Amino acid sequence: MLWACVLLPHLALDGILRRRPASDTPLVLLHGPAQARSIFAANAAARAAGLRAGQRLSAAQALLSQFEAVEYDAEAAARWHRLLAAWAYRYSSEVVLLPHAIVLEVSRSLGLFGPWPHFEARLREDLCALGFRHRITLAPSAHAAYVLAGVHDGLALMTPDTLLRALTPVAVRHARLPAHAAASLPAMGIRTLGQLLRLPRAGLQRRFGSALLDYLDQLTGAGPELMQGYRPPDSLDLRMEWAQEIEHVEALVFPLRRLTGDLAAYLAGRDGGVQRFVVELEHRGMPSTRLPVGLLAAERDAALLFDCARGRLERQQLPAPVVAMRLLARELPPFVPAGRDLFDARPAHAMPLEQLRERLRARLGEQALQRLRHTIDPRPEQAQTSAEAVKYTHAVEALPRPTWLLDPPIPLRGPVPTILAGPERLETGWWDGGDLRRDYYVVRTAQGQCAWVFCAPGEQGPWMLQGWFA
Amino acid sequence: MSNVVALSSLIQGRQVWQGRAAPAPGSDQPTGWAMLDAVLPSGGWPAAALTEILLPADGVGELQLVLPTLARSTQAGRTVMVIAPPYAPYVLGWEAGGVVMSRVDVVIAHAADALWAAEQCLRSGSCAAVLTWPLHADDRAVRRLQVAADTGKALAFAFRDRRHALQASPAALRLELETEPSLQVRVRKCRGGNPPAHPVPLSAGRS
Repeated sequence: MLWACVLLPHLALDGILRRRPASDTPLVLLHGPAQARSIFAANAAARAAGLRAGQRLSAAQALLSQFEAVEYDAEAAARWHRLLAAWAYRYSSEVVLLPHAIVLEVSRSLGLFGPWPHFEARLREDLCALGFRHRITLAPSAHAAYVLAGVHDGLALMTPDTLLRALTPVAVRHARLPAHAAASLPAMGIRTLGQLLRLPRAGLQRRFGSALLDYLDQLTGAGPELMQGYRPPDSLDLRMEWAQEIEHVEALVFPLRRLTGDLAAYLAGRDGGVQRFVVELEHRGMPSTRLPVGLLAAERDAALLFDCARGRLERQQLPAPVVAMRLLARELPPFVPAGRDLFDARPAHAMPLEQLRERLRARLGEQALQRLRHTIDPRPEQAQTSAEAVKYTHAVEALPRPTWLLDPPIPLRGPVPTILAGPERLETGWWDGGDLRRDYYVVRTAQGQCAWVFCAPGEQGPWMLQGWFA
Repeated sequence: MSNVVALSSLIQGRQVWQGRAAPAPGSDQPTGWAMLDAVLPSGGWPAAALTEILLPADGVGELQLVLPTLARSTQAGRTVMVIAPPYAPYVLGWEAGGVVMSRVDVVIAHAADALWAAEQCLRSGSCAAVLTWPLHADDRAVRRLQVAADTGKALAFAFRDRRHALQASPAALRLELETEPSLQVRVRKCRGGNPPAHPVPLSAGRS
């Protein structure tokens, strides 16, 4: 077993920072009761000014006059944590959530994603794209990887021997030991894990109970590790809110890119696609605006999802300023990647046809794209449909049929046309009440157009225009 | 005349049009109308370019002109986009012309969106041909279509009213349909050669 630990030291802060464009304004997260507000986390600009986690808000205000303060939201941080677990699920089927960290079993993933340096680079690339700072370590046991990620970055240990050597100098306070042991061991003069591991087990058992021994066994890989594995949920609900109100659609594009990017990361982890999802724009004191986004087929490409959602968003009139954006995806069908021909003769930058159709539909509406097919109905108005359910059949019509159809027919105006062919009587439609009795003619108008016209049976005029032989 | 420029350098610099253009390479996009192919300098539609078709009125036979091309493309498995047509395409009539309707996408759009859609389709490179009816398109919009057709290597057909004939056009080929005395095509402009002096009758039949 090989476990990779992705430690996320700034999970809550990164969750806030990633949804706003990069800026140099000092920003802190606050928590604690109203009388004793203190700083939970501070970004680089704030730390440069001397602001530290754990500092009182009053002290921070004395140090720096202008900084942005955001309330720390534990629930939001937990949501980011779960999102990253969903991302990690893409690389391993065994993903475990630990506080501020994600541990994944990678020994079987290495065959698929290449040797560890490549795999690690790939993980880091993904995390940077998602906007989370991180540390990654690899160790033969999950807890050891977790402990080592606290003191190292980029350490990769493959064998139990090197693991023991790496654990020896780790300070006891960094070893994530059970709380009572961590508190009392330094007082006994035990400062490193190496010292602790050399102590007789019986004595430790008497003094601290079996919990500490079990933990040490898990750490060195000697004992089994029992952990609750992560299971991805069957629907996705992402939400992003802002302190200020957004009034213009253009300003919503950046958060939308983040949300669709998260959706794509989640889908890739689940090896699924999404066919329809809803973007909800929340307003203050009024019902939120829903933008349903539908795709022709299940997709999971981040750029494509963003493109479609953006097309929908740009057509939307905002009834009120937006305070939050939410992305809901309930149906997550399996994703079937489209095959491409190796010897494709199309231009290099060509957009696949399906993607083009998605883009057109996103901007012009669900019904904007039609593929017409003919039905078996002889009435011209019912002779074709764009409904998906009807199968394509090949019919050979011996009689002349126009290429343009006017539905509904309009009166043919102008001078009396010359009759070229006809009459052809259509007397049908008795089964659904839409009976018609018409004599169809092919005529030439004074302008030289070839028209398909009809009139009452047995008469020649007044003409109704049904189509053009264009 | 202070600076004398040698005539040969001007000619070699291809800055002087000599009236007798080099024969253009044969097009792999025949129109399907033998007499029209014969007079067009490339022997067919200009590949990856815009063809403007000017009409005296709707329904004079403009689709007959392009149906052989559409039939050839759709039978080869390529997609044809029909953007905001003035009437509904009548499936039986198109199929009689050999078009595979499952390869034809009809896009319903307003005039403003239609140009956008046409440009997207042309640019995508995944369509064999795009048919549009730009009603209020100005010179710039038509040029955009021409550039998009060139980018996406697609055939673009713009059907417009005859009154636009007086405007200059960036289209590679301009055809005007005439109904008197019978249906015929007059080549108004063709890139790579002189327009033929006489109109080409269409009633003579397809190749």
